[in-house]
Amino acid sequence: MTTASASPRAKLRPADRIFSGSTLLAGSIILAALAAVAIFLIAQSIPALVADPADLKGSPASFWAYVGPLAFGSVWAAFLALIIALPIAYGIALFISHYAPRRVAQGLGYIIDLLAAVPSVVFGLWGIKVLAPAVTPLYNWLVDNVGWFPLFTPPVSGTGRTILTVAIVLAVMIIPIITAVSREVFLQTPRLHEEAALALGATRWEMIQVAVIPFGRPGMISAAMLGLGRALGETMVVAMVLSPSPGLITFVLTGSQNSSTIAGNIALNFPEAHGIDVNGLIATGLILFVITLVINSIARFVINRRKAFSGAN
Amino acid sequence: MTATMPSPPTSPSTSQGIVNSLTTGRLPKWAPWALLVGSWVVVSAVFAFLQAAGGGDFNIALAIFLGTILFDLAIFVIAYLVEGVRQAKDRLVTSLVATAFIVALLPLISLLFTVIAQGLHRFDIAFFLNSMRNVVGEGGGGLHAITGTLLITGMATLISVPIGLLTAIYLVEYGRGPLSRAITFFVDVMTGIPSIVAGLFAFAFFALILQDPGIRFGFGGSVALSLLMIPVVVRSSEEMLKLVPNELREASYALGVPKWLTIIKIVIPTAIAGITTGITLAIARVIGETAPLLIISGFTASMNYDLFNDRMMTIPVFVYTQYANPGSDVQPYLDRAWAGALTLILIVMALNLIARLIARIFSPKLGR
Repeated sequence: MTTASASPRAKLRPADRIFSGSTLLAGSIILAALAAVAIFLIAQSIPALVADPADLKGSPASFWAYVGPLAFGSVWAAFLALIIALPIAYGIALFISHYAPRRVAQGLGYIIDLLAAVPSVVFGLWGIKVLAPAVTPLYNWLVDNVGWFPLFTPPVSGTGRTILTVAIVLAVMIIPIITAVSREVFLQTPRLHEEAALALGATRWEMIQVAVIPFGRPGMISAAMLGLGRALGETMVVAMVLSPSPGLITFVLTGSQNSSTIAGNIALNFPEAHGIDVNGLIATGLILFVITLVINSIARFVINRRKAFSGAN
Repeated sequence: MTATMPSPPTSPSTSQGIVNSLTTGRLPKWAPWALLVGSWVVVSAVFAFLQAAGGGDFNIALAIFLGTILFDLAIFVIAYLVEGVRQAKDRLVTSLVATAFIVALLPLISLLFTVIAQGLHRFDIAFFLNSMRNVVGEGGGGLHAITGTLLITGMATLISVPIGLLTAIYLVEYGRGPLSRAITFFVDVMTGIPSIVAGLFAFAFFALILQDPGIRFGFGGSVALSLLMIPVVVRSSEEMLKLVPNELREASYALGVPKWLTIIKIVIPTAIAGITTGITLAIARVIGETAPLLIISGFTASMNYDLFNDRMMTIPVFVYTQYANPGSDVQPYLDRAWAGALTLILIVMALNLIARLIARIFSPKLGR
């Protein structure tokens, strides 16, 4: 304030600088941490990528022959989970946003959030001790009656520890996140669009068809991709429920021979691994990281682009 | 059928009376509910009949599920006959949407019921007073795991809250331009990092830095959990700081208060209830994480109070190892696993409840 300038500038105090500097530092730490994740995973993966593949567990022909079946298993399980979860999750989101009475809607949302709060290891325990025995008769029936269908080729698993059981548990686990995101999107539908549709005589379902779903479609797709990312990375359920066969690629849903997933394979083998096997497992983890990073980035990009045009802000 | 209004004399069909044209051809309001209860009763009756005939046991979840499906079909057919195809579709979707909600509830109820029923076998005082050191078969408990969970999660909270809160402040109060956009975007992306990748990162990091290819220690688990916790803290704190009315900030500036003091004395106290809620929910999210701790903190049967040395047990890993590596007599191990699962669920539910209570009780009254 010593000069008589036309536009007085706020005095910069040292405390102000320290405070804003520390907030900037914290933000930068986050970016640095994400970069560090990539850097250190790559650094620890290189030994496995350049090593003789025969040294890896199971002596595969190459590193890619080792990771290929695992990546397939991850994608296949996540894809099945997504198919099961999507209709249910969209249904719940619509139910909470457009069907349930206003007063109870929030409470219903909390109940669905409870599903998200259950730790994954508890889901794993439930999947192996409750769900797997419960679905075994169903699998027996499926294999006996529609065994000609390639997905249900005999022999049937006697324990229920199949990829379909895993997918069901994964579906239950990703329903809350898909519901939460698509619920937000459905609620952002402009009021006027909905009321215009209703005023033209549309039933509630027709209103949803012409107003809510076209508006929310990008958000619904993003929600599905977020759920897919979550299902790809889920570890403990696969490690506990699935009975894996290393190096196998199979689409069969109900057999005792299943493709393992990247995350499940790491959890099962890491505690006893040593030497180059550790690097091999970290390299598969790096590939999982890249897959989920790409999927999540696309999903977030779509959501953020939508946010700017929505009537909510 | 029954005329409620006196019919005008000009009407030729006086015997029929005038039916309210707005409600003709519509199902009465109680019809869907009656139909739903009816379908449940019918399916339950069929199940009970089958059971009496000697086939299998009565499965309440399956009965409710099949009853609801029957209701979906019945409401469509009946509405189609009475109200026409558009209304029928509307009712079908309404019932399907409600069915989706019920379907999602079934696993939750089954899971909670099983965990409570199975967990109570060993949910005794001995479970909370003993570790697993030198225990084979029955006995033992999860004290070492509970201690480890508290230490590792506590340390993760100590790391995450300052970084997360300061980042949120940066994004709301200072951040402009590409850096702030990049942070927002990557925080969102970070929420999707698989937890096992976080564990692998902590392992890769400390194995390289400390030159120990088989490293296992508690602090590494805290770092891995922080990676999962920070984005949650940032997102929730950011939302809460954005809710603070700008008038409060401007009033403070008008009194000559510097910006940093305004943030500390005005903005944060106004948003503190929401921030605390967010932090509590973030703790609840990471306290059940298993995979990263399995990798970097390992498992042990003994107490360990030192975050920086040796393997450290946590409740989720305890549940997993009790299930995965049982002794020759499996049952005591399973009982301990269920008791651990029950402990974990109780902790998570308590944290969620506390978060909601904080939000309800301490949120500022803004006179709206």
